[in-house]
Amino acid sequence: MLSNTDILHLAALANLDLTSAEIEKLKGDLSIVIEHFADLKNLNTDNLMPTSQTTGLINVTRQDEVNPDSILPVSSATSGTDTHNDYFVVSALLDKDAI
Amino acid sequence: MDIPLTIDELHKGFKNKTHSISGVIEQYLSRIEAFDKNLNAFVTVTHDYARERAKKLETILADNPNAFEEFPLLGVTMAVKDMYLTRGVRTTAGSKVLESFIPEYSSTAFERLEAAGAILVGKANCDAWAHGSSGENSDFGATHNPWNLDYVPGGSSSGSAVAVSSGMSMFSMGTDTGGSIRLPASFCNVVGLKPTYGAVSRYGVIAMASSLDSMGHFTRSVKDSEKIFKVTRGTDGHDGTLRNADYAHKNVKKIGLPREYFSDGLSEEVREKTMAAVDVYKKAGYEIVDVSIPSTKYAISIYYIVMPAEVSSNLGRYDGIRYGNKRDSFGAEAKRRIMLGTHVLSSGYYDAYYNKAMKARTLLRNDFDKVFTEVDALIAPASPTLPFKLGEKMDNPLEMYLADIFTVSANLVGIPGISIPAGFSDSGLPIGFQLFAPRFMESSLFELGNSYQSMTDFHLKTPSL
Amino acid sequence: MTSYKPVIGLEVHVELSTNSKMFCGCPADHFGKKPNTQVCPVCLGLPGALPFTNHKAIESCIKFGLALGSRIASFSKFDRKHYFYPDLPKAYQISQYDLPLCEGGSWTSSAGKLVRIRRIHQEEDTGKLVHAEIDGKKVSLVDFNRSGVPLVELVTEPDFDSVELADEFLREIQMLVRYLGISGADMEKGSMRLEANISVRPEGATELPDYKVELKNINSFRFLQKAVAAEIARQSEILEKGEKVKQETRGYDEERDRTFSQRSKEEAKDYRYFPEPDIPPLELAETQIKQIRSSLPELPGAKRTRLMQILPANYVDVLIADPGRCEYFDKAASLASQHNISPKEIAGVMVNQNLDREFPEPVGLIKKLLELQNVDYASASEIELAIRKVVAENQKAVTDYKSGKTQVLGFLVGQVQKELKGRGETKFVVSQLMQELQH
Repeated sequence: MLSNTDILHLAALANLDLTSAEIEKLKGDLSIVIEHFADLKNLNTDNLMPTSQTTGLINVTRQDEVNPDSILPVSSATSGTDTHNDYFVVSALLDKDAI
Repeated sequence: MDIPLTIDELHKGFKNKTHSISGVIEQYLSRIEAFDKNLNAFVTVTHDYARERAKKLETILADNPNAFEEFPLLGVTMAVKDMYLTRGVRTTAGSKVLESFIPEYSSTAFERLEAAGAILVGKANCDAWAHGSSGENSDFGATHNPWNLDYVPGGSSSGSAVAVSSGMSMFSMGTDTGGSIRLPASFCNVVGLKPTYGAVSRYGVIAMASSLDSMGHFTRSVKDSEKIFKVTRGTDGHDGTLRNADYAHKNVKKIGLPREYFSDGLSEEVREKTMAAVDVYKKAGYEIVDVSIPSTKYAISIYYIVMPAEVSSNLGRYDGIRYGNKRDSFGAEAKRRIMLGTHVLSSGYYDAYYNKAMKARTLLRNDFDKVFTEVDALIAPASPTLPFKLGEKMDNPLEMYLADIFTVSANLVGIPGISIPAGFSDSGLPIGFQLFAPRFMESSLFELGNSYQSMTDFHLKTPSL
Repeated sequence: MTSYKPVIGLEVHVELSTNSKMFCGCPADHFGKKPNTQVCPVCLGLPGALPFTNHKAIESCIKFGLALGSRIASFSKFDRKHYFYPDLPKAYQISQYDLPLCEGGSWTSSAGKLVRIRRIHQEEDTGKLVHAEIDGKKVSLVDFNRSGVPLVELVTEPDFDSVELADEFLREIQMLVRYLGISGADMEKGSMRLEANISVRPEGATELPDYKVELKNINSFRFLQKAVAAEIARQSEILEKGEKVKQETRGYDEERDRTFSQRSKEEAKDYRYFPEPDIPPLELAETQIKQIRSSLPELPGAKRTRLMQILPANYVDVLIADPGRCEYFDKAASLASQHNISPKEIAGVMVNQNLDREFPEPVGLIKKLLELQNVDYASASEIELAIRKVVAENQKAVTDYKSGKTQVLGFLVGQVQKELKGRGETKFVVSQLMQELQH
């Protein structure tokens, strides 16, 4: 069973602002679904490689060439958003350290 | 219905000049006008766009003697799930977050279909971000089942299925991440193809779960399904997970009946119709073999770990800074999946959930690979239940998730599946069955689908609206 | 008072100088370009966009690894690294987590100290943030021209025990990537960026400290020297007082010559890595790696050893710092050998007179040197010596000349010039020779 702290931690990681009603609802909903995962716990997967893709493809690469056709004109790249001298504008970041 | 039901029929009319492209477009637009207020299958109807395209294609039809060869979908109406980016035409993913998002580029699939002569009549409604099995989870209102307006059409490609079923478009594009094409196809009495993962480009389609998303379509006939597939498939230089397969046809001999798909939870009426389809195949001379896919029982758990993990990752970019609205505009289901996905990936839980699920996915894959050494295709019900009433499962996410029990495996292992109309319940609701084939063996699905539709006429039945 | 020794590990980011970005066809060269003019759906992270891997970038990363003796992975893949920041348009960075392209490797300092490389992996750069004030409101501005530029990250083991060693390493790394031709590695342009993990321990201790401080935003070698020194002093002081050093991220304030704490974001540091589903994995066959290895140019270490055998150390140091000049020197030296010009002379005019800048082609330099040489005549005494030698060794010709066969003069002049390696001014040689023959 997930706690309020768990939900708040996940919400912070997921960049979601949740209302207290949402927190309460999510606590119950997520716990039920997670309980359903219990069937996997007893499954022996020791000798199995993980599958993250199904195609079996490898080494799909392209030549190092510039494709001017794909470049968006700056007006449309930034359309409908807050811009200043071609820059996207975001509210000031107090914390300059996140990388 | 007062409109042609298949591409051949439509093209015959163009050739005989019994109808014009513009005339057909007007017919469809007036049907949308008449029916969609009750069905809510469209988020955006592209009247002007369609009329303009029709005019252009009419000159091609008049001037180019090879028009039908060069434009195999000439004048064919299409609805496109609102997950497909259409340049200059609003694309919402069924979510308030993108309610005013007008993309600057188009999806590969849409571009190819347009280049083949298809005409966009509108962007189809869907569960927001393709999250849902009922079609009720759209921020633009629930879509209704044309066979009974009190019932769900199935999701998440709800509007796409309904548009074809109700004759508001000849075919439509959908996305299938865990059954989102096959389930609504079975609920709406249309054919729904989920191609092999890696057959049709995902470029320009809003991603739900990147390792599972398949780009497929709805038609009335299997023959038309094949025609659309020939246009959409193949590499495009953008989607690195695509492969150009040879799609060589190999005659189907044995069809497997996987026992796990006929277990206790299955509705009696669905079982009956599926077994009737099995009988049709027996009559047609196919050998039916009982088979087993033991790890099927883990499929829902694997899916509801892998899918939300990828969802939480793919939805991170929607922050309202460069387009769209802020993250608090996400609906309850999107938030639920983002939170669940964040949990299964978070430090301390990754191995227990995500990594475990990826390994179990290998087991499921091995089971399918093994069964396909024994049979050429599999037959199974598309949904464990009949279409349900609007609102019936809205408050129970787990029960809603279990609606995907027969469809998620195909996505987890990357094989193609097709859902085909198999008749109606006593209450008059559609029932579908589905076929699976090995990766890139769509031709087997088309062979079996065509064979079935040549012996039955369920797919030609249309709802009275 | 206890004496403390630093334990330093380095993380070096190098932007690759490919034509196009890591996963799309936008130009990778972003420095000084108008904001947001080199962007497309992929590097803007628009809905529906998908990455497509740049072959050259992968090859460059492998070259870097091979040059440092890393093991090249036979199986490698990309992963998504998640965090929210306005310069990261997808809210995840495509990077490599548990299966980097290169693992292990090492570097040896001039004093023979070994530094182990932990890994080198491939990733994509983020956009660039500029802080500004618009209408009295503080805002951040984002430019995505840098978003998606191929970036290689090298991580060392904490094997540096002095800032000088770290400095030497970083300069060598900079030189190495320039030799490999994979990056300009220009700190000022941000195409080479550093982070240092620093802790200190009492001199003689062998166990690693149980904390480390991450020093960020180091944008020059000079800055690194000062920042690391300041941080070592700060930590030593804390330990000396018997207190514990807090594990955190710090920046450096150059004006006050001290480091300062940057807000701790420990909770947000759960990157939720998982394998990137949009990019098929990489499998590198032995033959492929061999091929890349054989394409490597002569690396600075080998070049240094070779040059030390023919040039003084001070010349070697200057030349080796610049791969372009080094290549120029090799070409010029090879041409010069046909004209009896020594490599040392070539290096001399390059280092002391920058003649290589005057003559962009080595051929031009050689021509110039030959001209100079012809002006630089042999001295009178040299000529006198040569004439005496030739006269003594060719008595028959001398006798012939004296008996009136003046045509042998030409032969004798030739012999003198041969002695002088052609440096005799002909008229002078002839008059001197005729004088000698008068005797």
